[in-house]
Amino acid sequence: MEDVKKLEAFQAKIDAEIKIEPKDWMPEDYRKHLQRQISQHAHSEIIGMQPEGNWLLRAPSLRAKVVLLAKIQDEAGHGLYLYSAAETLGKSRTEYLEELRTAKAKYSSIFNYPTLTWADMGAVGWLVDGAAIVNQVSLQRTSYGPYARGMVKICKEESFHQRQGYEIIADMARGSEAQKEMAQDALNRFWWPSIMMFGPHDSDSPNTGNAVKWKIKRATNDELRQSFIDKTVHQAEIIGLTIPDPDLKWNEAKGHYDFGKMDWDEFWRVVKGGGPCSKQRLKHYNDAHENGKWVREAAKAYSDKQLTKEKVA
Amino acid sequence: MSEITDSQGPIWEVFIQSKPGLAHKHVGNLHATDEEMALQNARDLYTRRQEGTCIWVVPFEAITSSTPEDDESFFEPNNDKAYRTPTHYVMPEGAKHI
Repeated sequence: MEDVKKLEAFQAKIDAEIKIEPKDWMPEDYRKHLQRQISQHAHSEIIGMQPEGNWLLRAPSLRAKVVLLAKIQDEAGHGLYLYSAAETLGKSRTEYLEELRTAKAKYSSIFNYPTLTWADMGAVGWLVDGAAIVNQVSLQRTSYGPYARGMVKICKEESFHQRQGYEIIADMARGSEAQKEMAQDALNRFWWPSIMMFGPHDSDSPNTGNAVKWKIKRATNDELRQSFIDKTVHQAEIIGLTIPDPDLKWNEAKGHYDFGKMDWDEFWRVVKGGGPCSKQRLKHYNDAHENGKWVREAAKAYSDKQLTKEKVA
Repeated sequence: MSEITDSQGPIWEVFIQSKPGLAHKHVGNLHATDEEMALQNARDLYTRRQEGTCIWVVPFEAITSSTPEDDESFFEPNNDKAYRTPTHYVMPEGAKHI
């Protein structure tokens, strides 16, 4: 009875667009959903540093290198903002990281694809960050206060990421024949995984119902995907690249682009750990965690020593 | 999950003054094992784009907060004191600059 009343009061707040804060009462499912969603989002930022880290030492100019370094540093920062938000839900960062390390938690499947050429740095910034931004702009209005605040900060920083990627691919698209081919090849490989980043169709998405009612999600997977496609087609056209979808066509009546069928078998195969780089990404993360052990130990020893000094003094 | 030992250090809340003259504003938190590391991490994490001129870091444990359950009784005493706001007072017609 008590819980029914609390649930009604909770829903009334959500309906009135009042944010939920960490100490407020919330249904257990709301808490669980957010723990899962925010930590997956955080893990994606952290693992997302790897495909770009792959090109850091091979960037074609000093400018390209500092830009890429700044972008990767932002991603580490975004991961930390998100772990902070996730921790307010009563679970520690250590626990979330443990779930990533043991593959209990997922991260965005897009990062399980390899980055084979410099043009891929363009495609990742333009398409992968572009898709992420569409999702994150919508999440700025999510009902959980700490998550919404994190998203506002992330969106502010993220807009340079997409522009730097588009600049790279645009430069290559107007370069030599070989460079143009490389740009088109990057678009070919990243297009479908990018539009699948928004997740399954609404009709097949088990988490949409409550998430929309509780305003965790402010738009559905299909709405966000459509908005990304509508924005991106023109950007491909003006740099002379072709989106690899023969069914892509402007639909005057709907005011949107129609597009072809996505390969959901591949999507689920990659989600379940069968992506081309799935094993490598996790192993690299775990190695980095192991290799950093002495740093954590040294930091802890130093802090213990400071505390003893204070006591003596 | 309680068998996992925490490797992240305690939480520090971060406050940034964006320019002289303004109040320090809460921007988020981070983990660090000592106050110097907390300050340096805060600089790297929260001021990558000239967001501030001064940073405070405060151990999370040091903060005492009111709780939502007590909100009503805690803030209630001020709800019926409209005489604390200027619009409560009736000014003579035509009075200016007041």
